[in-house]
Formats: sequence, C-alpha cells, structure tokens
Amino acid sequence: MFKKAIFVLILFLSTVLAFAAKNDNSIQIKGSDTMVNLAQAWAEKYMEENPGDFVAVTGGGSGTGLSSLISGSCDIAMSSRNIKDKEIVLAQQKGITPFEIKVALDGLAVVTSPANPVSKLTLDQLAGIFTGKISNWKEVGGKDEKIVVLSREVNSGTHVYFKEHVLRNNNANGKEEFVPSALMLSSSQAIADEVAANSAAIGYYGMGYISSKQKAIAVAKDDKSEYVNPSLENVLSDKYPISRPLFLYTHNQPQGLIKKFVDYVLSKEGQEIVIKTDFVPIKK
Amino acid sequence: MRKFKEFFIEKLIFICGLASIFFVVLIFLFLSKEGLTVFKYVSPANFILGKSWYPISEPAQLGILPLICGSLIVTLGAAIISIPIGIACAIYIAEIAPAKIKEVLKAGIELLAAIPSVVLGFIGMVTLVPWVKTIFHLPTGLTALSGSIILAFMAMPTIVSIAEDSLYSVPKSYKEGAFALGATHWQTIYRVLLPAASSGIVAAVMLGIGRVIGETMAVMMITGNAAVIPQSILVPVRTLTATIAAEMGEAVVGSEHYFALFAIGIVLFVISFIINVTADLFLHKRH
Repeated sequence: MFKKAIFVLILFLSTVLAFAAKNDNSIQIKGSDTMVNLAQAWAEKYMEENPGDFVAVTGGGSGTGLSSLISGSCDIAMSSRNIKDKEIVLAQQKGITPFEIKVALDGLAVVTSPANPVSKLTLDQLAGIFTGKISNWKEVGGKDEKIVVLSREVNSGTHVYFKEHVLRNNNANGKEEFVPSALMLSSSQAIADEVAANSAAIGYYGMGYISSKQKAIAVAKDDKSEYVNPSLENVLSDKYPISRPLFLYTHNQPQGLIKKFVDYVLSKEGQEIVIKTDFVPIKK
Repeated sequence: MRKFKEFFIEKLIFICGLASIFFVVLIFLFLSKEGLTVFKYVSPANFILGKSWYPISEPAQLGILPLICGSLIVTLGAAIISIPIGIACAIYIAEIAPAKIKEVLKAGIELLAAIPSVVLGFIGMVTLVPWVKTIFHLPTGLTALSGSIILAFMAMPTIVSIAEDSLYSVPKSYKEGAFALGATHWQTIYRVLLPAASSGIVAAVMLGIGRVIGETMAVMMITGNAAVIPQSILVPVRTLTATIAAEMGEAVVGSEHYFALFAIGIVLFVISFIINVTADLFLHKRH
C-alpha cells in the first residue's frame, strides 16, 4: 500500500520536474484569434529549424492574450489592436513594460452573401449600417430587405478595431456604437457561416476567412474615391481603407529565446509565412 | 484502535458534509467582494434598469435590463414548451405505460439528460436555426425562440424524472378509492393523482427552470447575443449567462467591466437561489 503511494508520488514529482525543466526552452504565445493560424505556422516552422525549442500557441482574443501577458501566464501576447492605456498601467503595477512589435498587416473584409446584389459601399455607408442608421438594404441600392448586422464579441480585437476605425471613423472622441440589435457571434467562422446562409446579413472579419460562399464588398473612403477590393496588393499599397497592423507584445525588450523567435518572425522567411496565411507582410 | 478509526471516519464524513455548504458560502463571499465593487461606478438602479450594455466604451454603459429580459424570455419560452410535455410524459410513464415501455422511456429520458449542452447547441445551430428562419420568415433564425426550444430539451429530463417520482409516491389507496367510487382512469389522474402530487410537480418545474436559467453554452450559440430588450420571442436576445461567458476573457482584471460581470454573477446566483428555495419549500410541503 505504502509502496504504491510512494511510487505514485515519485511518478507525479518526476512529471512536474520534467515540465519545469522543459520550461527553460519553451515559449507560451496567447491572444488574438485572428492571428492564431499565423502564429501556429510560425511556431511550426521555427520548431522545425530549432529542434529542442518549444513554442505553444493558444487563442482566446487579443484582450485575453494581453491580460495573460500582464498576469505572467504567457511570454508573448498576440494582439490585433494596440494595447490600451489601462492595460499599460496595470502592467506597470506588476513591474512589466509591454514592448510592441508590429509583425504583419491585415485587411478587414466586409462580407455579404453572394446572393446580395450590393457589391460596393463607402465607409460612411458602412458606418451607417453598423450603427443602425441604415437598416434596409434598399437604402444602399439593394433589395427591400432588413439588414442583419453581424459582429464579433467584445473580446475580439477585430470588434474594437472596426468600431474605432469604421463606426467612429478614427475619431477618438466618437460616441458611435454598434446597433444594439447586432448579432454578436463568438468567432470569425460563425460569421462566415451565417453570411453564407443568410442573404440579408453583413459581417466583417480578416481577409483570410473569405471563401467562395461569401462575397467581399469593395470599399471606398468616400463617394468620390474609387471602390477597392480587399486583396494583398491593395492592402500593401494602402489603397484598401480598412486594414490594420497586427502586433506581438512581450515583457520589456525581448531577450534570449523570445528574441530568437521574434527575429525569426521578422525575417524574410517569417514574412513569407505571413503571405501564405493570407495576411500582408510589413516589408516588401 | 478501532474506536479511533470509527471516530476518525465519522469526523471525516462530517467534514465532507459541511464542505459543500462551506464552498457555497465561500463562492458567495467571493462573488460579493468582486461584484459589489461595480456600484462604485454605477448605481444599483442604473445597473439593474439601465437599457444599454456597452461595457468597453468610454465611459462604459453598464445596464443589464436587456440581459435580464433576454434570460427571462428564453426561460419563459422554454418553460411553456417543456412543462406541459414534461408533465404529460411523467403521467404517461407513472400511470399508463406498460412496464417494458416504461423502462425504455426512463432510459431515454436519462440519456437526454446526459447530452452535453454544447452538443445540443451545435445541433440547434445547424438544424433548428435555419428552420426557425424559414418558418417565421425572419431575417435571422438566431432568436430567443430557438434558444427556448433547445433549453426545453434540457429542462425535460429534470421535470419528467422528479414529477414521475412524486406521482409514483402518491399512496395506492387514493387511486383505489377513486376507482371504487366509479371514476375513470383519466378522472383519477386528473382529479386525484395530480392534486395529490402537486407539490412535487411544482418542485420539478422549479428545478427544471433553474436548470434553464443557468444554461450558458447552448444559448450563447443560438440566441444571437444582441443586447436589446426583446419585443417578441422572435428576435435575437443576449442572456446573463452568455454575457459572462463571452466577455470574461476580455475584461481587464480590476476594471469596471470585470466587476460588472461579477455583479451579473450575483444576479444569477440570487435568481437561482430563489428558484431552488421555492422548489425546496414545495418538496417539503409534501411530507
């Protein structure tokens, strides 16, 4: 009986020790759902080239990532929005200075069902639709049908970015909000599915999620500018009006293993992976 | 040695018995500590009766009336669907069904209880939601009604098994007396058994409702989560539980949003506490 207990105890201790020892060359990355696939691809390639190093990637949303960075439960936070002042203050209370690294760009696509006749909108019209001022498709040249607005949940960096840059048109003091009747869906995939099935729906997400079941809307800055499709070239040349930077945040200046990984991300190889996962690299 | 062992085991069981109460108290204290802080930022009346829920805006608008209404309408819908079916099912199992069918039905009901809610939510999303959309000609099928239907499935096992139990425990003499007076089977059930078992049936209903109001995953997947005060059951709603689940990950620890989510937890705790106590009162009335 006692022998058994001791055996179990030893087994338990050795696993704990093994994990503790392993931690020395492992990196925990957490955050933006938009960036999970990208970071996963980086991690896989990086681990191929550096056997012995271990990189774990989990999602949860930009806010989740940053709060785990602050609480110390991850080494790198992925974020599709800038860190908030409130979060910097909280981090400093814990003795951490978040360090920002811009690693890629993302075009936000506004999507509808292919069955919807509307195929281009201005930023003003988009703001009108998502704040509820425009509630029928016929006001923007479509069928006489109520617009079903889809949005990500508030834990999504995409949600925050879209609100600040489209609804409030970059006005930091803006008071515009998503129309209360907007459906809050918990993932980009859920929005993609609902848009594919519902001809009156409109939603938004990162370019990478566009498939043949959705139609990306061409967007113009105002009614005098040209309508631009979300594509790699248009985001890179800054023609497409709704694109955003993607960031990694680390504790202070990255050092050691974390620096090695960040350097890899910013290298030519790392940036090629960015293109492969349908994002836009920061350098040509 | 033996006495010591006896004493030791007795005390151990005693501690285990107290543990659950201890945990409830701890949870309530923790909830209160975190949740009541929100009233530094917003008055209780504005919190409960406020009509806008924009937790991450500056300044944050923390009104949970749309969420309370959302939870209530989904629960009400589920109750309307599940109570008649559940009680009828209990009557059938307890009184009418032959022994073999009874066994099969009871096993089926238990299986229904064992299905994880996320699975029910997923099934609802791909089957029920499109149906609701086409049948009622709605702009979207992610509505309170879809949530109510799925939640009715979840409340049914609780209602059926407890109601069946209480019907079964009505003394045989009542039934025999009714038959002796020349009552038909239906008259016996309707006039004698149901009134005799009524306290147990009310308890069953209350516990079923308690299950529904606390359910999170399935409602989050199929009710659309729009924070508006619903005008009918055919519009998207956002429930208290789904709000906590969806937003806890984002909330900056120590922000008013974070405290507001804990305060929602208190509201939920109070609601289910009231429901459970009511159920308990009715259950004890029987004895």
